[in-house]
Amino acid sequence: MDKFRRKLRTRVVAAVSAASALGLVVGCGGSSDGGTGGGRDGDKVTITMGLFGVMGFKETGLLDKYMKEHPNVVIKADVAGDEQTYYTALQTHLAAGSGLKDIQGIEIGRAKELSDTQKDKFVDLAGVAGTDHFLPWKQSQVTASDRKVIGLGTDIGPMAVCYRKDLFEQSGLPTDRDEVAKLWEGDWSKYVDAGKRFKQNSKDDKVAFMDSSSGLFNAMIYGDSQQFYDKKGELVYATNPVVKDAWKLASEAATSDLTAKLRQFQPGWDPGLANSTFASTVCPAWMLAHISEKAGPKNKGKWDVAKAPKGANWGGSFLGVMEKSPVKKEAQELVAWLTAPEQQAFLFKEIGNFPSSQTALKMPEVVDAKSDYFGGAPIGKIFGAAAQEIPDEQVLGRKDGTIKDIFSQGLTLIEAQNKRPNEAWKTTDERIEKAAG
Amino acid sequence: MAISTSTPPDGAPGIGAERQRRRTLLHRLDVRGAPYAFVAPFFVVFAAFSFYPLIYTSWISLHRVELSTLNLMEWVGFDNYTALWDDERFWNALLNTFTIGVLSTVPQLLMALGLAHLLNYRLRGSTFFRVAALTPYATSVGAAALVFTMLFERDFGMINWMLSLVGVDNIDWENNKWAAQTAISSIVIWRWTGYNALLYLAAMQAIPRDRYEAAAIDGASRWQQFLKVTVPGIRSTIVFTIVLSTIGATQLFGEPLIFGQGPNGITGGADNQYQTLGLLLYEEGWKNYQMGRAATVAWAMFLLLIVVFVVQQVVKRVMARKA
Repeated sequence: MDKFRRKLRTRVVAAVSAASALGLVVGCGGSSDGGTGGGRDGDKVTITMGLFGVMGFKETGLLDKYMKEHPNVVIKADVAGDEQTYYTALQTHLAAGSGLKDIQGIEIGRAKELSDTQKDKFVDLAGVAGTDHFLPWKQSQVTASDRKVIGLGTDIGPMAVCYRKDLFEQSGLPTDRDEVAKLWEGDWSKYVDAGKRFKQNSKDDKVAFMDSSSGLFNAMIYGDSQQFYDKKGELVYATNPVVKDAWKLASEAATSDLTAKLRQFQPGWDPGLANSTFASTVCPAWMLAHISEKAGPKNKGKWDVAKAPKGANWGGSFLGVMEKSPVKKEAQELVAWLTAPEQQAFLFKEIGNFPSSQTALKMPEVVDAKSDYFGGAPIGKIFGAAAQEIPDEQVLGRKDGTIKDIFSQGLTLIEAQNKRPNEAWKTTDERIEKAAG
Repeated sequence: MAISTSTPPDGAPGIGAERQRRRTLLHRLDVRGAPYAFVAPFFVVFAAFSFYPLIYTSWISLHRVELSTLNLMEWVGFDNYTALWDDERFWNALLNTFTIGVLSTVPQLLMALGLAHLLNYRLRGSTFFRVAALTPYATSVGAAALVFTMLFERDFGMINWMLSLVGVDNIDWENNKWAAQTAISSIVIWRWTGYNALLYLAAMQAIPRDRYEAAAIDGASRWQQFLKVTVPGIRSTIVFTIVLSTIGATQLFGEPLIFGQGPNGITGGADNQYQTLGLLLYEEGWKNYQMGRAATVAWAMFLLLIVVFVVQQVVKRVMARKA
């Protein structure tokens, strides 16, 4: 009997282990139906969203507001902290055809690549009702060659210069925002000249004039309609005078020791803001929230915002709807609502994301907005004026995001590793060749 | 079940033999087959998550293919391999992997050996010290690397602050090649020393006490005992930890990635000063989105590990013969 029981036991165990092995195989093959997570259950509609960074929809309660107004809609939003991680996952999901959400956020640096290579997977939003209020250049950035629009605009990034009044004062520079703006009116090289004056008269040699040379580089190239690529999609950075000039001036700032040798949004930059190791930074509208948070209450009122030498746009995003989504119609309505003028104005007021909607730009909430933290600076007017100066056409390229990173690393080579600008350019050139070739 | 419980009716020999045969067949299946069923789950998982990716990776490495359009593959033969051979980034990453590997493995194992020797003494609260030695190993790479990144920060990091107390100027840990590699090695050392110490300790406890007693009677000092009794006694464990650490060092990825943070982490610093092979693979695949080139790096790493393994086997054999 005992023997029999033992035998039975081995048999059961064998059967279980064989079954579980089979189960593993089945589990690998057949779990995913390639959907987008959203769906309909009776008259309840579930919409899923994939977002990144601080786009503000979830953080400011806009999604909750929408659900309250539409009791049959449930929105599930996944927010990835880091855009690079988000985009890598999005690409994998697009390639595999699974794991996508009904609505996906698109960062400006990826807009061209997606509208070139993946437009079939996005719904055409050209005809969605009530979406003719965007800045024309904003929508042209996500319009594919066949006029298909793969996303609707959220925010844009008009640029200004954020500066420290107290630090400017101690080195004899003006502190009033209009006078400061005059200091470098019309030409970025005057900004660097102001930096040289700052350095000469500064009483504290621990304080640098600006945070990083790559911020200056970005501001200069984003003021032109053509940056790294031309309209035909050819790489032209090496011959584009705008890029050349920006490189020259940025490396001049780096070699004249005007920078704190930091990298924006990387370690050291936040404590630099908190401990005042630099007196100015080129700041797109969305950066104000970051500065006020990281510089903290003890620096409140010391910061101010002045108009930049030239208008430029850094950043901004879009929301696209996936073709595969079973709730396409509802998702489009949600995207149209989230990017509508009222919501854009609300987001600007709440977290400082500057509207891409022309209607919103004229709304009093935007025009009359002042920033308490930045000494009451009329940020609505300053950034609004900068937005008007942004060139009407902006040529995007497929690898814009990557190339931008490579350029800021190239400037780090000069700034922190004492490479000669020529040498650093050569390295940068080779790297872009590898990354974009 | 009915077969085995019921007794054969009226003892008909033909039917009984038939049943007997069936029973032995089942029995044989049970004895011969069951072990395969038991090990099957591992091999199924191995096939799905190791073998298939290995083959697929080698297939991809012969193509030019981008992450977003994995369905569009262009056959390029061994172009990716020759390009990698000519690519100075590969040799730079290989050298960095080697130097960081040496910088982290050698002090780590020496310290582990010393620590194990100390733990091997009879001391109060020895369990506490043993557990404490293992704690760093239990922390995640991410958490450890993040903390060390803050410690090694240029302007406000604690290490530079302590160095400033003795008059050393701020070191730009990230942008200086050797400083960056030392900092990354320190993360590895911190995490793995205790782990290796416990391995050594286990081996040391298997050394018979009377050898030490005999050595002591012969007048050997503690240090001589350590060199002449302990180290030879745990030689095979030392070789084992060297193999493990070498594999770990070859695959070094998380520490430098987090140490640099953002785009600089992926490229191992603005000048690739601490880019390891793992980071190069990641850069090609998940920054440049060139899956073919990334797969080539993966295979290069795999082949490299095999070479290292073979070399170690040879060294081991030579050493064994000498001993």
